[in-house]
Amino acid sequence: MNRTLEEGMETEVLTARGVTRTYRMGEVDVHALRGVDFSLHQGEFLVLVGASGSGKSTLMNILGGLDRPTEGTVHFRDRDLTHATDRELTTFRRNHVGFVFQFYNLMPSLTARENVALVTEIARDPLRPEEALEMVGLKERLDHFPSQLSGGEQQRVAVARAIAKRPEILLCDEPTGALDYRSGVVVLEVIERANQELGTTTAVITHNAPISDMASRVVILHDGQVDEERRNDTRKSASEIRW
Amino acid sequence: MRTLDRRLLRDLRERWSQLLTIGLVVASGVGAYIALTATFRALDDSRTLYYETNRFGDVFATLERAPDAVGDRLAEIPGVTLVHTRLAASVRIPLESDHHPPIGMVVGLPPGGDAPLNRVRVEEGSMVEAGRSDEALLLEVFAKRNNLAPGDTIPVIMEGTLRSVRIVGLANAPDFVYPAPPGDAPVPDDERFAVLWMDQGAVSPAFQMEGAFNEVALRLGPRASEAAVLAEVDRILEPWGGRGAVGRDRQRSNFFLNMRFDQLEAISGFVPILFLGVAAFLLNVVLSRLVRLQRGEIAALKALGYHDREIGGYYLRFVSVVILVGSLLGVALGAWMGRGITGFFTQFFGLPLLEFRVPLETVAVAFAVALLFGFLGAFATLRRILRMAPAEAMRPEAPARYRKTLLEELGIGDLFGSTGRMVLRELGRRPIRALISGLGVALAVGIIVVGRFSHDAFNMIIDQHYYLATQEDVSVSLLGPTPERAIREAQAIPGVVRAEGVRTTPVRIRSGNRWRDIALHGYAEGSSLRRLMDASGRISPLPSGGIVLTTALADTLRLAVGDPVEVVLHEQNRTRTVPVTGLVDEMFGMQGHMRLDELNRMMDEGPMVSRLLLTVDPEDFGGVEARLMEMSRVGEITHKQRAVERIREVAADPQTALVLVLSLFGSIIAIGVVYNNTRVALSIRARDLASLRVIGFTRREISGILLGEQAIQVLLAIPVGLLVGRLLVSQLVATMDLEEYRLPLVITTETYAFAASVVLAAALASALLVRRRLDRLDLIGVLKERE
Repeated sequence: MNRTLEEGMETEVLTARGVTRTYRMGEVDVHALRGVDFSLHQGEFLVLVGASGSGKSTLMNILGGLDRPTEGTVHFRDRDLTHATDRELTTFRRNHVGFVFQFYNLMPSLTARENVALVTEIARDPLRPEEALEMVGLKERLDHFPSQLSGGEQQRVAVARAIAKRPEILLCDEPTGALDYRSGVVVLEVIERANQELGTTTAVITHNAPISDMASRVVILHDGQVDEERRNDTRKSASEIRW
Repeated sequence: MRTLDRRLLRDLRERWSQLLTIGLVVASGVGAYIALTATFRALDDSRTLYYETNRFGDVFATLERAPDAVGDRLAEIPGVTLVHTRLAASVRIPLESDHHPPIGMVVGLPPGGDAPLNRVRVEEGSMVEAGRSDEALLLEVFAKRNNLAPGDTIPVIMEGTLRSVRIVGLANAPDFVYPAPPGDAPVPDDERFAVLWMDQGAVSPAFQMEGAFNEVALRLGPRASEAAVLAEVDRILEPWGGRGAVGRDRQRSNFFLNMRFDQLEAISGFVPILFLGVAAFLLNVVLSRLVRLQRGEIAALKALGYHDREIGGYYLRFVSVVILVGSLLGVALGAWMGRGITGFFTQFFGLPLLEFRVPLETVAVAFAVALLFGFLGAFATLRRILRMAPAEAMRPEAPARYRKTLLEELGIGDLFGSTGRMVLRELGRRPIRALISGLGVALAVGIIVVGRFSHDAFNMIIDQHYYLATQEDVSVSLLGPTPERAIREAQAIPGVVRAEGVRTTPVRIRSGNRWRDIALHGYAEGSSLRRLMDASGRISPLPSGGIVLTTALADTLRLAVGDPVEVVLHEQNRTRTVPVTGLVDEMFGMQGHMRLDELNRMMDEGPMVSRLLLTVDPEDFGGVEARLMEMSRVGEITHKQRAVERIREVAADPQTALVLVLSLFGSIIAIGVVYNNTRVALSIRARDLASLRVIGFTRREISGILLGEQAIQVLLAIPVGLLVGRLLVSQLVATMDLEEYRLPLVITTETYAFAASVVLAAALASALLVRRRLDRLDLIGVLKERE
């Protein structure tokens, strides 16, 4: 790992301080997050692990501007997201964040290329859709509709869509959750490439523990709180991961 | 309550707003059917009963004058079972309050007043006493309009002599249900046309009609041939100035009633079917989405051992509830509208009405047809449920297949951007649904065009007939042919700017065995106050050397320019043959025109006129009218402006009501289509739209995608709807293209703009209602689940 990256890692891109999130589910309050302090550093590859219900998706949604904390603050660099309006959050997502979800969330009526173009048309300095798709190894399948692609291919289109806008932050929520091992690894390789080649700050949420071996830093959530945080001295590449 | 029924209630409750819009479409259809059918039935039943109880004649004839003995000869015609002869004479009623005296008709009553045919019903007061020449029964509707009551005395000018007549009672009769004064305008005028029934023996001397009659009504036996009787009556009456016998179908009052009733019957079947068709389509859209959403549940029910029949029955009950609630609403709406329409018509016609009721079988038919359409809408969905194997249904449905649209294949897809392409492909994936939706919206536009058309046609008729074709301010009917010096007399009245004369005479136009009784008008050469004008507003010349017929008349008689035609002059009982020199496509269909000098020559008479046309200085109207009244031989004085105002007044309320009701119906369809389509589109695409929001699309942008699809449909449908409107109007005009007058097929730009705006507003409102739901889109939820 070169020197500049080491330095960059200390620059906080996203910070959450004392974040709690409470949902009202019928008659009871559910405390999804209970006072989380968390930061995402420039250029790092972070893996957020935890059991189901530990609050990792809630945290990512708050960091990605999809949700607001009940208490605490969230900042993107020095911009306060805690009190941002709906419109400001939309602009934040549009300009700075790329999302990858477990179930791809592609537009079924658009081809692979068009699904990516959907983002490049509204982004400020995007890659060309073809470039983005080439990065994820789908140069040959530009004009296929989602219904004509396998799950792994669809997820790669989703990754291409997320990175095509050259986002500063790439948030991936269980990106391999719906995939078989082989396809899962290919998707992880693509995410890894984005992190390394584009320098995109990347956070991957998973309950699949082996994936954390890819990370420069691992955060473990338990019952709505940060349970443990560690740095990996040696990182495995995606192709070395087994589960 | 069974569990499934409880679930049915919840399903219904969850979709109440969509089902409400569909229910309203059903209600409109059922309401229109109930209203029109019940109105038609109520009017028709009332008329039949009224004719029966009051002994309406079967054959009618008017003539110059015949001795009573001629009536006996008529009674001998085979098939005739009863003959009633009577006196009928035009009079003027110079009511003090009115500068412009109403025209009236004195009709003779037999001693005791009980006429064997066309019996007079005394509604209020008492029958005239035999032998009294100063007592009369007055037409009820005229009395009401002019605030006259039994006990009042009114002035009546009979043959130029002013008399006082005391009203002893108010009455109606089957031959004056539609009180249209003699003349060519088919507008009932209950304020200005009076009928006075008087003791014939006492009043006939005033008309030099002792021992004579000039009107006759006949009753036919069950197997009599009407045509044969008509011919025989004409033969017998010919020497007595017979003007052509007619059956009930051409009896003046009944003819106009028929015309109105036929229009009502024609639309009562057609209109509701359109609405129910739209409702069936909407049910199909909503139900197929519901079944798709409940795919897993249906599979679970099947797995639990529910029969297809029970599951299918569930969705049929779902449809039935919507249809039944809509129909109930429709029955209430229909009864309410029907009462209104019937009330209007009875007032319009002065038809004494039986109780208005909605026949049970009409309600039954409406429910049955509505249910049928509902099941038709559910059919495709039910078939899909039955074909679903439980194991297959447990799995999520295969993703929808999309492909590039024709526009993109043509290479212009790039114009649209990714979101535009989404909209296009969504439309392209369900072309039939898009097409039917479009047609639904087009129908909505069309219905509104129809609603406002009567307004356009009416204005056009008024403009053309009263302002372009007729240029006079005042028209004065003279009591019979009068020497032309009457024109000079009128011209000499201070305030009269221009005076012209017209001669109108009743004739029978005959060609082979076809004939029609019409009015033949003669205009002086260079006449500027009356011009021949066709339906499109073009002025036609009046060639010399023959007769100009309206196209409707020429078509009926199969005549063309150059053909010779027989003209039977009823005033003189003589027949002449003249060539047809021209045709004119006039709005009021059955008449003929000639040059005045030629008409007079044909009649072997000197320069005579029967009507004066005057333009008058507006400030001198009062004075001119007073002077005209002093002239001998002056009959009715018609003030054009007042006549137009009166017509407008009569027409204003029903026209406004028609525009409102049909605009409401059109809006209900537009809302039903757009709201349900948008809701279903939202339900199908909530996940896509939420995903777009997540990756940074604004609310406005995703609204554009959701509503764009609807907007394209609506915008494409509107021009089609304008065409549909024109088509519906031309259909309507065709069913109403009667011999007596035709509606011009004229639709103004305002009407098109109005229809388009109403539908656009309804569509926009529905779309915005759904758009609010986009604000409540669950961005996080959709990411958690597989579609």
